Amino acid sequence: MTSGPAPSSDLPAEPLVRFESVSKRFGNVAAVDRLSLDIYSNEFFALLGPSGCGKTTLLRLLAGFERPDEGRIMLGGRDIAATPPHRRPVNMMFQNYALFPHLTVAGNVAFGLRQDGLAKAAIAARVEEMLALVKLEGLGHRRPDQLSGGQRQRVALARSLAKRPQVLLLDEPMAALDRKLREQTQFELMELQARLGLTFVIVTHDQSEAMTVAHRIAVMDRGRVVQAATPAEIYERPQSRWVAEFVGDVNLIEGIVLKTDAGEAVIGDKRGRRYRVAADVAAGAQISIALRPEKIRIHAGPAPPDAPNTMRGKVCDVGYLGSVSTYKVQLDDGVVVKATVANVARTSGEILRTNDNVWLSWPPDAAIVLTA
Amino acid sequence: MTKRSSQMDSGSGVSLGARLIVAAPYLWLLGFFLVPFLIVLKISLSESAIAQPPYLPVLDLTAGLRGLRDFVSGLSFTNYFTIAGDDLYLFSYLKSLEVAAVSTTILLVCGVPLAYAMARAPRAAQPLLVTLVMLPFWTSFLIRVYAWINILQRDGLLNQALIRLGLVEEPTTWLATDTAVYIGLVYSYLPFMVLPAYASFEKFDESLLEAAADLGCPRWRTFFVITLPLAWRGLAAGALLCFVPIVGEFVVPDLLGGSEATMIGQTLWTEFFANRDWPAASAVAVALLVLLLAPIAIYQHLQTREIKVRQ
Ligand SMILES: Nc1ncnc2c1ncn2[C@@H]1O[C@H](COP(=O)(O)OP(=O)(O)OP(=O)(O)O)[C@@H](O)[C@H]1O
Ligand SMILES: [Mg+2]
Repeated sequence: MTSGPAPSSDLPAEPLVRFESVSKRFGNVAAVDRLSLDIYSNEFFALLGPSGCGKTTLLRLLAGFERPDEGRIMLGGRDIAATPPHRRPVNMMFQNYALFPHLTVAGNVAFGLRQDGLAKAAIAARVEEMLALVKLEGLGHRRPDQLSGGQRQRVALARSLAKRPQVLLLDEPMAALDRKLREQTQFELMELQARLGLTFVIVTHDQSEAMTVAHRIAVMDRGRVVQAATPAEIYERPQSRWVAEFVGDVNLIEGIVLKTDAGEAVIGDKRGRRYRVAADVAAGAQISIALRPEKIRIHAGPAPPDAPNTMRGKVCDVGYLGSVSTYKVQLDDGVVVKATVANVARTSGEILRTNDNVWLSWPPDAAIVLTA
Repeated sequence: MTKRSSQMDSGSGVSLGARLIVAAPYLWLLGFFLVPFLIVLKISLSESAIAQPPYLPVLDLTAGLRGLRDFVSGLSFTNYFTIAGDDLYLFSYLKSLEVAAVSTTILLVCGVPLAYAMARAPRAAQPLLVTLVMLPFWTSFLIRVYAWINILQRDGLLNQALIRLGLVEEPTTWLATDTAVYIGLVYSYLPFMVLPAYASFEKFDESLLEAAADLGCPRWRTFFVITLPLAWRGLAAGALLCFVPIVGEFVVPDLLGGSEATMIGQTLWTEFFANRDWPAASAVAVALLVLLLAPIAIYQHLQTREIKVRQ
């Protein structure tokens, strides 16, 4: 959530890439199912979703390795159905890097440029430039099997960037890297994207990665885009229970809208508890309340009388994660609620222990009311 | 730790079974290649005689050291000088090399695309295709070559088909020509080219082809800049597997070829069985072997160089 997301209202009217209800079936599995999606110029766009939801297939459709069974894929306003992969101004960084083992690092980076019939000197200059860009100066003569995993990843990146594609597709580019290198690479990718002014589409199933690098994220489920928005919007205003549960941690409470009044609604759950939430919903609607753990306050003693939405319970599990601690609190009726507290002060032990009695509260505007 | 060091200490006491396993290939080579080769080498240094065996000298162990001295002094390189001095052998060698080179080229041109197509066929169909390539092995080689005589003879299947199709008026002479030899050789050796080539195409990483296409390389060019350079070892192995035996081939040229220019295998056969000149035949065989070491050595050299480059 640290990215400076380009707010959706700032987006230009004409998308660079447009999927128009595209379907791709393998046998009777719909890997991509009537999917529509717009990606704009200069965007760093992430495809996020569980394994097998069709992310790779979507990239391969755009690169031209798969043909859609239905729908249209537009690039710069033109249907690219008839354009073979080698003519598309789109380059892909493969998940396994797919470096040519018989060529040197420089040969790999130069491969795409050679296909364009560029002059030797121009190619050499561009290769130098790309190797400098990914900080691999001096390794041009090595072969891929003489490199470390991280270096190989950089060669793959340099190779896919060398032709300055209109769109760069990255299929889980950091899956093989350790956490430190991964974080470093994430920032380098963001910096590169901003500097080169290209459009990046990255596939990942790591949500913190998607949130770190991307301006916008498309959350996918079973071949469809369930929500496409900025990271903050996806996190704070998920459009469905599924998105709320998939992105980040969440407590879900199901209930019925009892009454509404000036943008505030009173929700009643099965156990007869009442909640006040800030939401515009119709009375009588079946809804779910989604509560992020960090928005719930924990009180060691009884909550102040004016605190809204208070609940009493007992700590049943404590997880110390360094910067934050997560508490699982069992309410009197057995429901377990998760709450996160930032560890602001340096304390040797936990302030709250298992079996401590606690009171929870949350403000009406902390909750997300979901009708789907 | 202690366990490991004790294992190391007992290194000299590796079980007899383990040693036998390591030694087995060497024993095999010693028994079935080196010893026969030394015998042939010895015969090639002898001189022809009307005796049993038909050459001299024969090592007489009963005569002790003197026998050995007589034996060694009886050896000479005469046969090699004879071979070198007679054009017949030289032509025979050159003819063999030419036939082997031409047929290996044809085999590459036919076999490589076939192997490539097999490797690109649907996964489920590939075992069947491999079986089809190997199917001819189920019939005796000799019978298959005789079948070709039937096909190629004047009133054979080939001429009948050509006349039926109106491509020729009169039956063409196929049998006893170089063309017949090439047909027979390419037919016989095709599996030896296809199988190694298929093996190297089959384990090929498909995403490399996609990466090449992604970077703007059309399909046909990908074959030359990615597939071939990565698969050359399999192709070279196939080519060698065809070239080497074709140089010494006897059956196909003898049954299908003409009598004017004979290959070295036929010359050898004539020396051995018709002229009963074992020493000359052995000298031809040894010279042939030395000749064939060249392509094998080149292949080895290229391979080790490639391995060195990669390190
Ligand atoms: N070539 C193929 N043949 C048959 N089914 C395929 C093929 N490629 C993908 N699929 C199926 O399509 C669905 C989507 O696959 P895809 O590779 O796009 O998923 P993904 O989102 O990239 O998953 P992951 O995160 O695990 O990489 C899966 O159910 C997969 O089994
Ligand atoms: Mg994938």
